[in-house]
Amino acid sequence: MTQGKLCNKRPVNTEEELHSLLADKGGKSYYEEMQDLDVDASEIASILEKTLKSRMRTWLEICTHCGLCADSCFFFLANNRDPEQVPSFKIQSTLGKLYRRKGGVDNEFMRMAMDTAWSKCTCCNRCGLYCPFGIDMGVMFSYLRGICFSQGFVPWELKIGSGMHRIYRAQMDITTEDWVDTCRWMVEEHEDEWPGLTIPIDKPDVDIMYTVNAREPKHYPEDLAEAAILFHIAGENWTVPSIGWEETSLAMFAGDWEGARLQVESVYEAMRRLNPGRMVVTECGHAYRATVIEGPYWAGLASGKTPVETFHYVEWVVEALRNGKLKIDPSRKIKEPVTYQDSCNYVRNGGLGDIAREIMGYIAEDFREMSPCREHNFCCGGGGGLNGIGRYRRERNIGLKVKRDQILATGAKLVITPCHNCWDAVRDLEEVYRIGIRWSFLKPILLSMVEIPHHLLPKE
Amino acid sequence: MYDILIGPMAWVSFGVLMMGLVIRILRYIRGLDWKLDRVAYTKNISFGVKGALRSVVLWLFPFGTRSWRDHPVFTVLVFLFHIGLLTVPVFLTAHNILLKEKWGFSLWTLSENAADGIVLLVITTGLLLVLRRVALPEVRKITDANDLTVMLLAITPFVTGYLAHHQASTYGFWLYAHIISGEILLMAIPFTKLSHFALFFMSRVQLGMDFGIKRGGMKGKGMAW
Repeated sequence: MTQGKLCNKRPVNTEEELHSLLADKGGKSYYEEMQDLDVDASEIASILEKTLKSRMRTWLEICTHCGLCADSCFFFLANNRDPEQVPSFKIQSTLGKLYRRKGGVDNEFMRMAMDTAWSKCTCCNRCGLYCPFGIDMGVMFSYLRGICFSQGFVPWELKIGSGMHRIYRAQMDITTEDWVDTCRWMVEEHEDEWPGLTIPIDKPDVDIMYTVNAREPKHYPEDLAEAAILFHIAGENWTVPSIGWEETSLAMFAGDWEGARLQVESVYEAMRRLNPGRMVVTECGHAYRATVIEGPYWAGLASGKTPVETFHYVEWVVEALRNGKLKIDPSRKIKEPVTYQDSCNYVRNGGLGDIAREIMGYIAEDFREMSPCREHNFCCGGGGGLNGIGRYRRERNIGLKVKRDQILATGAKLVITPCHNCWDAVRDLEEVYRIGIRWSFLKPILLSMVEIPHHLLPKE
Repeated sequence: MYDILIGPMAWVSFGVLMMGLVIRILRYIRGLDWKLDRVAYTKNISFGVKGALRSVVLWLFPFGTRSWRDHPVFTVLVFLFHIGLLTVPVFLTAHNILLKEKWGFSLWTLSENAADGIVLLVITTGLLLVLRRVALPEVRKITDANDLTVMLLAITPFVTGYLAHHQASTYGFWLYAHIISGEILLMAIPFTKLSHFALFFMSRVQLGMDFGIKRGGMKGKGMAW
C-alpha cells in the first residue's frame, strides 16, 4: 500500500501531523504524493455496500438523463454551458462509475473524482429542486467526498481543516484559553463605550447560548464584540461556552464524518452542561447546516434535532425586531438600493427565506431581490469549502460570474451577506471583477441603526 | 400462439410487472436509513407527510414547479407523452373488449379517433424527446444507449398497435408484434429505468420528507418547488 507521508488515508489527529501539513506550502508535496497514493478497491466496495442505500442507488439508477439539472447549476452557466458541467454527468461519471465498478477504480480516477467533487460542486443542492425525480446531486457529492476522504483524496486545506476539528474542536488552532482571552479582550475594548458590557462565559441556565465561527475569534474579533453589544442592547441573558463554542465544520466539507461528529458533539455537550433555553448560531450558513441540520444525525440523535432548540442568527434578529428588543431608528435605515444573498444552507436547506425578507423590511428602504432568490437562489460561488481551496481558485473565480451578474442586475451596490462563505465569495468577486459593490454581515448594519436605550449610554 | 400470448403470457407479464414493482418499492423502503440518509423519517411525521405531498403533487402537474415552468417545451412534451402512455393502454376499446372477455368487466373507452390521435401523439412526442437528446449538447452528453432503448421499449407497442389497426393486409404480423412488444414493455418496467413508474413516487416522497422534516420544512412554509 503506497501511502504518502503527508497525503495518506489517515485523518490528522496530532499537532505534529498538522504542523507537517501546514509546513508544506500550498500542499505542493502533498499533491505530488497523491499521484502515487494507492486505492483500496475492496474498502471502497465495502463502504458502498454498507452506506450506499436505496435512496442514492435509486437516484443513480433511474436518472433518465433528461438534462433538466443542467441550467440549475451555476457552474454549468458560468462555464458557457459546458456539457461536462451538467450535474447528472458530473455525478454519473464519478460516484455512478464508482458504484457500477464496485470500487474498482485507479488513482487517476480518484483524483478526477476529487477534482469534480470539490471544484465542480459546492453541495448547494439547487439541482435537487429542478430534477423531476428529486435527485439531489449535492447530497451525492457530499457522500462522494466521504469516499474520497476515506482513501486520502482530499484537498490539502480540507485535510488540514478536518485535522483542526479533530485536535482543537475548531476549524482553526484556537485553544480554550485563546477563545476565553478573546472574549475578555473584546469586553475590555468596548466596555468604556458600553458600560456593563459582558461576554458571560459558561453561565448555566441562561436564555441563550451563543456559538460562533472560529474565524471570528481568530480574524474578526469585532464580530464577537458586535454580537455581545447587540445582546447587551436587547437585554438578553446569554452566555458562550468555554468549550463547544465552534459551530463550523470543515470536516463536513472534507467528508470526514468522524471529525464532523466529534465537532458537533462538543457543542451538544456544552448545551447539556449549561442547559440554556436555546442556542443561537452566528451569521454562518454552513455552521448552521453542520451543527443544527446535519449534526444531530452524525451524533446519532434519533429526534434529528439538537439537544436544545437552535436559532440561526437571523432568527434571533427577527425576533428581537418583532418584540422591540432591538428598535431601528427609521432615519438611519439603509436608503440606497440593497440586496440580500440567500445562503443555500439556511434558506434553501433551512427554510429561513421569509425571515430574511422580514429583516430587510425593518432595515432597508430600497430592498431589491436577486433573481432567482430564496430557495432558488444560486450559491454564492464559494460554498462547500471551495473558497478555501487554492488548487481550485480558477474554477471558483469562473463560478463567481453567476453571482456577479445576479448582483449587477439588482442595481444594488450593497449586499447583505449573513453567512461567512457568502461574505467571502462576494468580497472575492469584487476583488476579481471590480463591480463596485460593498458587502456586510447584519451585525454592523444593525449597530449603525439601532436605537440605544438611555440607561445603556455611558454616563458623561 | 395468439391464445398463449393473450392468456398465460399476459398473466406472466402483468405478474412480473406487479411483483417486480412491489419488490422494488419494498426494497426501496427497506433501504431507507434515518441515520445514513440523515432524515428522521418517523419523527415529526406530520411535517414529513406534508413535505412528501407537496413534493409529489406539485410535480404531477405541468407547470406546477419552477423546473417545469423554466422548460415549457420539454414540460409539454413530457406530459403529453406520459398521459398518452398511460391512457391509451387502459382505455382502448380493443383492450377493454379483451378485459370483458377475460375478467368480465370493462372500463370507459376512448373513441377510435381519440385513441388514434393519442397514439400518434405518444409516437410524435417520443420522437421529439429523442430529437431533443440529440439536439441539445447538455442532454446529448449524458444520453446513453440505455436511454434510447427504454424509449424504444416504450413506443414500440404504440407503433405496432397503430399499424395493426391500420394495415389490414399485415394485421396478423403487427398484432403479434404489438402484443409481444407490449408484454416485453410490461416486464421491462421493474428492471430498467422505466421503474420510475413507481420509483418516481418513492424518490419524490423521500426528498419531500427530507425537506419537510429536516431541511427547513419545520421552520418555513414548505419547499417552493
